[in-house]
Amino acid sequence: MLAIKLAFKNLIGAGLRTWLNAFVLSIAYVVIIWHSGILEGWNRQARRDMIDWQIGGGEVWQKNYDPYDPFTLTDAHAPVPEKFQEQIKAGKLTPILVTSGSFYPEGRIQSVLLKGIDPQQSILKLPAGSLQKDNEAIPAMIGTRMAKNNRLKEGDYVTIRWRDALGTFDAAEIKIARIFKTSVPAVDNGQIWLPLDQLQNMLQMPGEATYLILEPGQNPIKISGWQHQGYDVLLAEMDEIIRRKSIGGTILYTIMLLLAMLAIFDTQVFAIFRRQKEIGTDIALGMTRGQVIGLFTVEGAVHGILAAVMAAIYGIPLLSMQAVHGMAMPEGMDDYGLAGAERIFPVYSTALIIGTVILVMITTTIVSYLPSLKIAKMKPTDAIRGKLQ
Amino acid sequence: MENGKLITIQNLVKHYPMGKGRFTALKDINLTFEKGEFSGVVGPSGSGKTTLLNIMGSLDVPSEGTVRVLGSEIGTLSHKAAARLRNHNIGFIFQTYNLMPVYNVFENVEFPLLLLKMPVKERRQAVLDALEWVGLSDKVKSRPKQLSGGESQRVSIARAMVKRPHIVLADEPTANLDADNSHHILQTMEKLNRDLKTTFIFATHDDKVIQYLKRKISLADGKVQSDEKSPGNRNPESGHEIQ
Ligand SMILES: Nc1ncnc2c1ncn2[C@@H]1O[C@H](COP(=O)(O)OP(=O)(O)OP(=O)(O)O)[C@@H](O)[C@H]1O
Ligand SMILES: [Mg+2]
Repeated sequence: MLAIKLAFKNLIGAGLRTWLNAFVLSIAYVVIIWHSGILEGWNRQARRDMIDWQIGGGEVWQKNYDPYDPFTLTDAHAPVPEKFQEQIKAGKLTPILVTSGSFYPEGRIQSVLLKGIDPQQSILKLPAGSLQKDNEAIPAMIGTRMAKNNRLKEGDYVTIRWRDALGTFDAAEIKIARIFKTSVPAVDNGQIWLPLDQLQNMLQMPGEATYLILEPGQNPIKISGWQHQGYDVLLAEMDEIIRRKSIGGTILYTIMLLLAMLAIFDTQVFAIFRRQKEIGTDIALGMTRGQVIGLFTVEGAVHGILAAVMAAIYGIPLLSMQAVHGMAMPEGMDDYGLAGAERIFPVYSTALIIGTVILVMITTTIVSYLPSLKIAKMKPTDAIRGKLQ
Repeated sequence: MENGKLITIQNLVKHYPMGKGRFTALKDINLTFEKGEFSGVVGPSGSGKTTLLNIMGSLDVPSEGTVRVLGSEIGTLSHKAAARLRNHNIGFIFQTYNLMPVYNVFENVEFPLLLLKMPVKERRQAVLDALEWVGLSDKVKSRPKQLSGGESQRVSIARAMVKRPHIVLADEPTANLDADNSHHILQTMEKLNRDLKTTFIFATHDDKVIQYLKRKISLADGKVQSDEKSPGNRNPESGHEIQ
């Protein structure tokens, strides 16, 4: 207690230098918490969006289906087993049929994934309900990215071409009934959504599906020929991207922290040299060397406390403002193949804040302690007169 | 304490390493000090005065011989035990005052009592008493840099005296002070010696200090040349009275 009291007095007495060090350190606090908070917020948001728009509570794949290999699509379909029907009727499971095809926007040929979805489904946020029967053309919906890349508007007609189950080419005209906006590029880029029964007819695959999507919280029914894929598989890629981004962040704030530590280390070395007379006097007045080392270590470590207070003063308003208004994400974030919201709302957990404070306090204490060890080698008789070096 | 002696020095030798060899700063010193003395070690520069005071203050250790202070043998004390001895029983006054620049006068004087873990109320009273002894009751809140040299040295006397130690060691306490201030602080210390029976031991070559001493130990080349008691030696013409 005495050491902390004395340390505060000494630090405050040292004036500007103390505040500069504390300021640099406070930036480290804010950057660490801010960056981790953004990542955590992004992570949660991206997961939520993927669940809402793409994967629901998990998927059940026809055994040949491999989303990374479009050539598998020819074989990746099978009639939806009878055992799934109960869940489907209850709206807890919905089938999707996928095939590759091509379409001709503005006369160019483009390859595309044709996906059939049940207009009644409510598991995904995809607005399948807008795929209403139309006598002139097959109703279709696409995402905004797809629309922008191919200059399509709602109400436009486009020709699509595909091969049916027997390998015969066929073509039809579709009408863009709906353009939807989503943060999940995986349901948008390069794909056209059609009513499931119509796609089944076009492909001559009545009652068939490529995969099914579960409602969150539903347990899959095990059937041979169909494989359940949980979040561990479906979110693995995103987790990996987040992990890589967080390593990048760690490097950033390790540098911040190192800079702050360098400043404190330097201050300590300087203080111990400049204040040797004081150290000698402390010893003459009855302090042990251990106590003096403790005093200087605590003094250095108190930088960490001052910095935390400083960081709180400007960091809390700054970070909480961002938590409320979110942070605008630069365009092109989609290139990560990750659900990219336009605004990220950072999440600051208590564990993150406490962890950061502990991390900073420990490193500050270590860099304050190391230079103080020099005190143990000082001769008090020389120190008192300030005669060292 | 054997036979009421506060400090007993027997065959003390102190070497300092120097180049390949060593330099002998104190040679075969034999001295004793009793309670309530007001003595001084005098001699030219380099004669070993500071070295002797530092050893008596347990800041340094003898190379040979024994030095016992209040029953503890200096050469054998652990760092901790030496610190405790200084904390409880020895006050230091330095030529350059050595006040803590970031503490005010009150806090500087309070510091040794914090180390002694004295309770707040008692501590406060002790600090105020000590500041009254040295006539600085009105400077409680001042910082060292706002004080004159004489005032600074008086704060340092208060800091040495506040724990009422058995021994106060003062190394050239007047070297940075003018004549008036020198007399003033010597009279203050003389009064404290009289009232509290604190033993004062000076190291000095200042005649102003020497005239107040009741015992003068002359040192030359690390050896005791003479050891004279001089009761009432004080020069009455100095005319300074303690307020
Ligand atoms: N740490 C040291 N290392 C080597 N020699 C030292 C050391 N300290 C003192 N000496 C030498 O020991 C001798 C006595 O020094 P000391 O400081 O005790 O003298 P002093 O009588 O106090 O002198 P002054 O009046 O100048 O303060 C000197 O010759 C000095 O050079
Ligand atoms: Mg000296």
